[in-house]
Amino acid sequence: MRPRSSTGTTRTGTTRPVVASLAVLAVAALSACGARVDAASGDASASAAEGCVDTSGDTVKVGFLNSLSGTMAISEQTVHDSLQLAAGEINADGGVLGKQLEIVSEDGQSEPTVFAEKATKLITSDCVAAVFGGWTSASRKAMLPVFEANDSLLFYPVQYEGLEASENIFYTGATTNQQIVPALDYLAEQGTTSLFLVGSDYVFPRTANKIINAYAEAHGIEIVGEEYAPLGHTDFSTIVNKVKAAGADAVFNTLNGDSNVAFFKEYNNAGLSADDMPVVSVSIAEEEVGGIGVDNIEGQLTAWNYYQTVDSPENDAFVKAFQAEYGDDRVTSDPMEAAYTSLYLWKAMVEKADSFDVADVQAAADGVTFDAPEGTVVVDGENHHVAKTALVGRIGEDGLIHTEWSSEEPIEPDPFLEGYDWADGLS
Amino acid sequence: MTGSTSTRTARLSALVRPGRARATAGFGLAAVLLLAVAPVLLSPFRLGLLGKFLCLAMVAVGIGLAWGRGGLLTLGQGVYFGLGAYVMAMHLKLADAGPGGVPDFMLLYGTGEVPGWWEPLRSPAVALALVVLVPAALAAALGWAVFTRRVRGAYFAILSQALAAAFAILLIGQQQTTGGTNGLNGFRSFFGYDLADPVNQRMLYLIAAGVLLVMVVGARQLMVSRFGEVLVAVRDQEDRVRFLGYDPAAVKTVVYVVAAVMAAVGGALFVPIVGIVSPADVGVVPSIGFLVGVAIGGRATLLGPVLGSVAVSWAQTSLSEQFPSGWIYLQGALFVLVVAFLPGGLASVVPMLRRRRRAGREAEPEAPAAPGDAPSPDLLPEGSRA
Repeated sequence: MRPRSSTGTTRTGTTRPVVASLAVLAVAALSACGARVDAASGDASASAAEGCVDTSGDTVKVGFLNSLSGTMAISEQTVHDSLQLAAGEINADGGVLGKQLEIVSEDGQSEPTVFAEKATKLITSDCVAAVFGGWTSASRKAMLPVFEANDSLLFYPVQYEGLEASENIFYTGATTNQQIVPALDYLAEQGTTSLFLVGSDYVFPRTANKIINAYAEAHGIEIVGEEYAPLGHTDFSTIVNKVKAAGADAVFNTLNGDSNVAFFKEYNNAGLSADDMPVVSVSIAEEEVGGIGVDNIEGQLTAWNYYQTVDSPENDAFVKAFQAEYGDDRVTSDPMEAAYTSLYLWKAMVEKADSFDVADVQAAADGVTFDAPEGTVVVDGENHHVAKTALVGRIGEDGLIHTEWSSEEPIEPDPFLEGYDWADGLS
Repeated sequence: MTGSTSTRTARLSALVRPGRARATAGFGLAAVLLLAVAPVLLSPFRLGLLGKFLCLAMVAVGIGLAWGRGGLLTLGQGVYFGLGAYVMAMHLKLADAGPGGVPDFMLLYGTGEVPGWWEPLRSPAVALALVVLVPAALAAALGWAVFTRRVRGAYFAILSQALAAAFAILLIGQQQTTGGTNGLNGFRSFFGYDLADPVNQRMLYLIAAGVLLVMVVGARQLMVSRFGEVLVAVRDQEDRVRFLGYDPAAVKTVVYVVAAVMAAVGGALFVPIVGIVSPADVGVVPSIGFLVGVAIGGRATLLGPVLGSVAVSWAQTSLSEQFPSGWIYLQGALFVLVVAFLPGGLASVVPMLRRRRRAGREAEPEAPAAPGDAPSPDLLPEGSRA
């Protein structure tokens, strides 16, 4: 090995030409740029939004985008299962417009960035006609610009915090006036005059509590405390002590995931019970009850639009079909039902439009109905939500949730709470 | 070979192996592949993905310097990546809102007013400067405080990881001003250029590729410079370097700042290419993810971190596309295999093959015609067969 004379020659030898050529390249590339925003940005985004959906063959592709790994997998896997069930049923029944559904599954990995990336892939590489999935608000917010920029369709099956209506998203879960507001109506009916709010620290609980505060102020309910725990937090002794000391009539719980297990264990340890201080939860469904442990949560209340115990022929068929496919020990829950329903709603929209084209489906959406397990649902063409019946249920010792109270009829969706005077200034 | 100069240069040329001509050729090949071949062959979506991988690879170049060369096990590069990304994202949000406008999410979750500390970012020049200055200042302050107190090894690693955890929690807690868990997304323009236009997307990719190539050249120059030698010396024998009159704390702080700036630039380019940044991209898990790519590629080499990082990102994406429900096990198996059989990373394969071939040739006269009992039901039979 011959020693080199000095390090200095190495430096000048290679770097300067390389850096110079890179600079030349950068300048050359910059001179060949695309549209600027100020020059008719509308045209530019329209040119990027040419669909590539292939409907010439016997099949049509649809995308399922759920978190199959990461912290949300435990919940989103159930939605994925129920979407697969609906797709199997539709295919066995002759498909959509005579075409069999070809499913492309992607894993959202419980991360907003991955949801955005996989949504782009499904739309632009796989050329799917519609995408079904998403769970957390963050995942939906991450996907929204992707679907709008590419002018494609997302069906989102989970109750959420409202204050949103995109042309490119159909919301088949409840918005706030179909879940949280009716739950508050129920509590007010029961004579509740003070509430304690407990939630995980992210968008849904914070927005929900903003709405609850506005409602409480207008209805003479006192909010005696508002506490947030980071997602995944499992030490609730401080918060439960505050709840106990505040002595509210009821607790409104927007905790998500594992935190519920710790919260309810601590709640029982502190000697609090459903009889003297009931907890109303909006993120605990049949699937989660098993994880928390029936003993810890028996007798507490939840607010949803569907329970496995709903008594209807459609629901009997749904539960039977699901358990036949995935096992008798499996339960069905509201987001699973909303996902199952979303695929059938898309089918009905496509058949009404007689086309898979996004614009045609959007135009045909208004008034489309489906006899869902929760009851008949109707799509609102204005805000792309669906009319749903609100239910408050009590968790029984069998681990299922039994309806305690129900709204008289399906509630029209009102994501921006425009029909409620007390909600002025929220959106 | 006598005297200290020749030993030094001998060691130096061993360090910059595989030699100047080959390095230039490899660099040229990479430049042609990234700047000319990839944009032609890949679809816009795949090109965007490659652009994202290149942004993550920029973080890896910095880690290669700080960890591979300087021995600083930084488990918290997500902080600097995130600072660069959030500064850029905040500027893009303000630019989309227009002069005096308020970003959409602040109307929804915040007070509807832009907080004072956001205001300077309306200016593109200030934003670009802060992308570099904020992480550099934090890394300099933190590095100096930690290294002058001689915090090193696992303690430094734990400290840097705690920083990443704290940073993510801070972002989540300030939903009104940082977007919380949602992060920042929905950018429409990049310094006036429409982000939905495929021509501009290709442009962004080319910028990322160019910046990465410049960083690799910069890293190489740093490695072969006097500073690079002192850096390796500090890694291997910090006390001796101190006795020789150098200040190891200053050396470490400099390399820590360089790594932080590289991560921040990667973050700043990640935002317009990927279209979103959220706390999930900057916390503990992604910080460790950066490190995994570097370790797999070979941390002490020049190109190992880049190749490892791109390979890991690529494997993660393509495996999760092929096997949406089981990919995570395959990825885990891949890590186990590399760590178990290639502790020096993928970059050690070529030198290892060469060594084995040489060893095989030397062994031949002593053990002629014994291919049967060679100790080689191993991974690389060609090398031992010779």
